[in-house]
Amino acid sequence: MADFVIEAQGLTRIFGAQRAVDGLDLRVKRGEVFGFLGPNGAGKTTTVRLLNGVLAPSAGVMRVASFDPVRQGSAVRRRTGVLTETPALYEQLTARQNLLIFGELYDIDARQLPARVDELLRLFDLADRANERAGTYSKGMKQRLALARALLHDPEVLFLDEPTAGLDPAAARQVTALIEGLSKKEGHTIFLCTHNLTEAQRLCDRVGVISRGRLLAEGTPAELADHLWRGNWVQITLTGSPSEALLAALRAVVGVIDIKVDGTALDMRVDTIERTPALLRAAVLAGAEIYSVTPRRRSLEEIYFELQANGGAAEAEP
Amino acid sequence: MNTRFLRAIVRKDLLTMLQNRGVWLPIVILPVILLVIMPLALILAPTAVNVNMPGSMMQQLDLFMRNMPDTLRQQVAGLTPQQTYVLLFTVYFFAPFFLIIPLMVSSVTAADSFAGEKERKTLEALLYTPASDTELFMGKVLTALAPALAVSWSSFILYGIVVNAAGAHIMGRLFFPTTMWLALILWVVPAAAALGLSVMVLVSTKVKSFQEANQIGGMVVLPILLLVFAQAGGLLYFSLPVALAVGAVLWVIDAVLIFFGIKTFARGELIARL
Repeated sequence: MADFVIEAQGLTRIFGAQRAVDGLDLRVKRGEVFGFLGPNGAGKTTTVRLLNGVLAPSAGVMRVASFDPVRQGSAVRRRTGVLTETPALYEQLTARQNLLIFGELYDIDARQLPARVDELLRLFDLADRANERAGTYSKGMKQRLALARALLHDPEVLFLDEPTAGLDPAAARQVTALIEGLSKKEGHTIFLCTHNLTEAQRLCDRVGVISRGRLLAEGTPAELADHLWRGNWVQITLTGSPSEALLAALRAVVGVIDIKVDGTALDMRVDTIERTPALLRAAVLAGAEIYSVTPRRRSLEEIYFELQANGGAAEAEP
Repeated sequence: MNTRFLRAIVRKDLLTMLQNRGVWLPIVILPVILLVIMPLALILAPTAVNVNMPGSMMQQLDLFMRNMPDTLRQQVAGLTPQQTYVLLFTVYFFAPFFLIIPLMVSSVTAADSFAGEKERKTLEALLYTPASDTELFMGKVLTALAPALAVSWSSFILYGIVVNAAGAHIMGRLFFPTTMWLALILWVVPAAAALGLSVMVLVSTKVKSFQEANQIGGMVVLPILLLVFAQAGGLLYFSLPVALAVGAVLWVIDAVLIFFGIKTFARGELIARL
């Protein structure tokens, strides 16, 4: 049985006339990186606030690390770490002071705190400038320091709200690598709110796509693709344009749903990727000279935009 | 109540304030002007001109004393005009002025602690810590009250040294502090500090910056100015019963304002306003 560290059912938060989060059902397994994808204003940050007991829900129930955030907010926050959308650092204080103060606020043993702070400063490559004011740091350094702060108490669940927003490509790459390390090496459960689909594709085991407070779909990228589009895609590139005889031979192969021709490339939709050897055999027998064969998986970007466009409904196209 | 959380919040806020000249500069300058320069000028300037007070000032003092309550006139009966002048200004008229110090210090520090935290966009990270709403609120209350009381009480000692030293040749004895001043320091000053704090807690929920909070919250000194004018007009003077009554009124106002302040300081309310 799966061990869920985050569970929410019918989670709703209403601000005036606006339903910021609308009947959200969510389950996140221990140790996985769960991507929470959606455009700005979709309800991602509100969901993080609700799950951490910082904001009370208008309706619904939830449990985070086995505690109820509404009634046991403090217990939940002892087990979660949050990287907010802005680093929210005390810029007049040094990096070390920032971490020491938050270490006390997370009630880390006073005897262990200085060593833990040093360890994180080293891990996040900030040790050399630990005694400089955080306000003098670059955006990437501030984000690393904020990430170190979120990890001080070694939380069971790490909430990352747009961790690479506003960073230059090099800094974003560095932060993404750190997050990857936290999930792969350290086994943290990570709830990653982002609209950066490349980042999500690289980091996430499963994703949930949210729009206007509603969860449109949830699953692995492959599950979502299966839900949205029947079949798989195989692309064959030929040395020349395909003949009618070749196309007819390919259409005759069992399991072929559709074939699209784009110059020398053939995009073929098949019911299962296992049809690929039969397709190749048919093509060769029909006299085709094959340059390359690529089984094509739907990218998270394609899945995301399809979901946003269709509001979560499966594609009607065969 | 986790005292470690409280200490961490107070330490963080005080360290931040020490880096902000706009916060600590008025805290240093005001007591120096109010409690060193002004009393020295009032005691030394007229008496330095002439050992006996100039005639016009004497007439003015006489006229002024006629407007004062009988009880105050009895207090100064038998004193020389110079002694009356020194006692009147340093003991009675400076009492309401002194209350500006705890009010100002607590309102400036509270503005930085509450509105400044919002302005610097650091509040959200604090709300994600395990500290309860009450612990966060109490930490910030202590951040505002501790400097207000420390500055007020050390200013009181400084003022005592200054007026006793400057007035020694006129009074011929140590004449400060009086019982009324002790009541002022121990009863009214904490109440005034709490007033500055509680007003600023409420103001900070409505504003977005430290400066804005300071400008609106600064109006809290108006009741103190009323006391100054009331005393100058002979309506009252700062006797022991008046000090006790002023303190009691302030504590009642504080209790009401702090009650509403605690209600506004709830995570959900704060984060929704970010």
